[in-house]
Amino acid sequence: MSRTIDAVVSPTQTNTIPADISGQMLDLDEDDDLEVFSKDLTLADGNMFNASMPTSPGSMVNQCKFEEDEESDSKDIFITVDNPESHVTAIETFITYRVLTKTTRSEFDNSEYEVRRRYQDFLWLKGKLEDAHSTLIVHPLPEKFVVKGMVERFNGDFIETRRKALHKFLNRIADHPILSCSEDFKVFLSAQAWELTTYKKQGPGFLSRMGETVRAVANSVRGVKNRPEEFTAIQEYVEDFSNKIGSLDKVTQRIVKEQKEYLEELKEYGPTYTLWSGSEEELAEQLKGVAGCIERCCKETEEQVGHLSDTLVPVLHEYVLCAETLKAVLRRRDNIQAEFEAKNEALATKKVDRDAESSDLGFVWGSLLGKNPEEARHQRQERLDGEIEELKEEIDKLEDRVEWANNALKGDWGRWQRSMRGDLKSAFLSTAEKNVDYYEKYFIFIHTQITVSL
Amino acid sequence: MMADSGSEEIAVIGNTDLTSAELENNIKNTMVEIEKWTSLLRKMEISVGEAEKRTGKNTVNMQEIYTVYLIETRPVDAVTEGIIPAPDSLWRRYSEFELLRNYLLVTYPFVVVAPLPEKRAEIVWHKLSADNMDPDFVERRRVGLENFLLRLASHPVLCNDKIFYIFLTEEKGWKEMVYETGFQAKADSRLKAMNAAFRVKNPDKRFTELKHYSDELQAVVSQLLRVRARVADRLYGVYKVHGNYGRVFSEWSAIEKEMGDGLQSAGHHMDAYAASVDDILEEEEHYADQLKEYLFYTEALRAVCRKHELTQFELEMAAQDLASKKQQKEELVTGTVRTFSLKGMTSKLFGQETAEQREAKLQVLEQQIEEGEEAVKEKNTESDEFVKTAWIDIEHFKDQKDRDLKEALISYAIMQISRCKKGIQVWTNAKECFNKM
Repeated sequence: MSRTIDAVVSPTQTNTIPADISGQMLDLDEDDDLEVFSKDLTLADGNMFNASMPTSPGSMVNQCKFEEDEESDSKDIFITVDNPESHVTAIETFITYRVLTKTTRSEFDNSEYEVRRRYQDFLWLKGKLEDAHSTLIVHPLPEKFVVKGMVERFNGDFIETRRKALHKFLNRIADHPILSCSEDFKVFLSAQAWELTTYKKQGPGFLSRMGETVRAVANSVRGVKNRPEEFTAIQEYVEDFSNKIGSLDKVTQRIVKEQKEYLEELKEYGPTYTLWSGSEEELAEQLKGVAGCIERCCKETEEQVGHLSDTLVPVLHEYVLCAETLKAVLRRRDNIQAEFEAKNEALATKKVDRDAESSDLGFVWGSLLGKNPEEARHQRQERLDGEIEELKEEIDKLEDRVEWANNALKGDWGRWQRSMRGDLKSAFLSTAEKNVDYYEKYFIFIHTQITVSL
Repeated sequence: MMADSGSEEIAVIGNTDLTSAELENNIKNTMVEIEKWTSLLRKMEISVGEAEKRTGKNTVNMQEIYTVYLIETRPVDAVTEGIIPAPDSLWRRYSEFELLRNYLLVTYPFVVVAPLPEKRAEIVWHKLSADNMDPDFVERRRVGLENFLLRLASHPVLCNDKIFYIFLTEEKGWKEMVYETGFQAKADSRLKAMNAAFRVKNPDKRFTELKHYSDELQAVVSQLLRVRARVADRLYGVYKVHGNYGRVFSEWSAIEKEMGDGLQSAGHHMDAYAASVDDILEEEEHYADQLKEYLFYTEALRAVCRKHELTQFELEMAAQDLASKKQQKEELVTGTVRTFSLKGMTSKLFGQETAEQREAKLQVLEQQIEEGEEAVKEKNTESDEFVKTAWIDIEHFKDQKDRDLKEALISYAIMQISRCKKGIQVWTNAKECFNKM
């Protein structure tokens, strides 16, 4: 599970769509932001036509098609993650991946970038995006360590699976209308290694982060009081979805396991027929024929297991992680609302304080110290009024934040559901197709064998 | 040459009324694949229709439950004339089949006698229970027993045996009849001979080769059956886990709007896929039984080879005995002692025998030589007869084996094709459902 920094967005928000707060404000006009948004709306309407699509090498186009076919015509940024390389230093060994970007977007200085990134860098990017957009749904990263089934971090299959997941991660961000505009994202894609290190060190200090985290924890403990119905519905769905996808993940892994064990036995089975054929004359050909069929079954089964592991298992696993991401996003939204509610309560309390006419300790003190009781009360009233005004300002900002957070989530929720349907449908479809293929190939082989040797 | 399995129903005691459909089925079961030249089967149909449980006291006077099998016979003519009379029937238990087979083994040592189906279920995969009372096991045994009887009835020599005929037609008194033949004594000496260790100087090469072959066949077929059972186990696992997809898809479809229908129907297909493995493996069990029959046949092959060795050994012993007697005579006649004998020594020590004594001895020896020559001639004929008749039967067996196993292997391949077809259908359907998601 990738760590998410459960921080609250700092109050330096403007009323426009908030940019991320890494300390360097994006040099965007409002117009650029809206343009990005409207691009997305255009896409949603199915009206896709962007004449500035760059000519990309064949592999780029293929990657593009592998992602979201409907949007490929209007994509203006193409990212690939490939070429894993092992690096050995005195302290550690790690893998870097090549991240290749081709883009026509104006915010990028060049049209092509090639950088090397390691897993830690991807983690950093994810954290930054979640900080800045706490209620947007950021596609999950592959896990840091795999618990079951794999021992070595540097096992070839593991690296390949991770590479694919990292590729998908970046492309999902690139497709996201808001996230893809992030400065952190841009830096990630374009900065050289030392530049990135420097950049990472900037941003809100450790202590201010601490403060945010403490506030977040406090809010989550209090809980939200008036959650809108639709978010409760989403939460219930996410709970159920999380269970189902978890089960499917387990079932699929079990199938892979059983298939592998079946394959092991098959590998022993075929040769016994061949062995037998050595003792026979008339039957030798038939026995060899059956041995051949079983051998073919082995080959096809091996391919099918490979396909399952490459196609369905990673997707299901991804969505298990997605479910956790969704839960976190919902929690963060709740926290934002909780903070808003808390401040409202504080305001109400303050108002009550101010309107209290009756004598109080201050009045008594004032009279003891020789102050004019009227003046003391007046001072107190002024002080409270000031505090109330401050609170009201804060509450306004928080209210905006809540509204923005809710809208962002609602928008992203629709997007996420569509992606989820697309991804899972395509993965299951591919699996079913492969299974049909498996049986068809085996069928044809046996058929030929029957006519030839059996 | 396995007959199709009939119904598994256990009949009420005494009720042998069969519907015409069942009779039709019985006819089909027995008419298929019967060798035309067999005399007994030209005259009658034989089937093992049903199985039933009985209780009774066994030899140590304890209560036991055992299974009996219904043997039905009907003259062929009756059927071909369009009239279908009720078959004659009687009940036999497994031990009686064993007795019949032992009798035949002893009486026709040159015949490769068909084996019985397993007494206890062995080489099973986990789903099948090893319990003798399990209905599936009983059913498979019923089929095996029917096959056994059909093998006997189609054998050119065995089908004429009277004891076999009575086994099929008279329930009471059959056992006593068998024992009256005195076969038990022969059986005992046969058993002793089977287990004895002796060295044969000049066995017929063909029998030596046959013994090697039957050892190889036994080893390879047992291994094959063991691995097949493991493969079946694994395949079962793969199919059944897909049933979980059915359950989860169904639950998931409840929370989805657009995907709900597609998921729900895909789930049904996954359930169907998981369920299909039961029939597939049942058919394969049938194939395994066909292989098992030939695995058990190897024992009969070995028995025939053994019998040849025994006959050959006896011949060699008789020849050796004759040779030594002849030599003794020669020594006596010429007075030279070539071989050491106690008599020779004592006569040397204590003086020569009288001419009368020598004459008497000579006469005895000549008698023995005459008897010995008779014995050798007899053994020679016996051995030649045995080799001749055994080899005819072995060739017959080889042809039968090649035919049967060829058919079994082809049917196995066809089973795989059928499994592929089912797989293609299920996954094509599932694909369509996923498309609708």
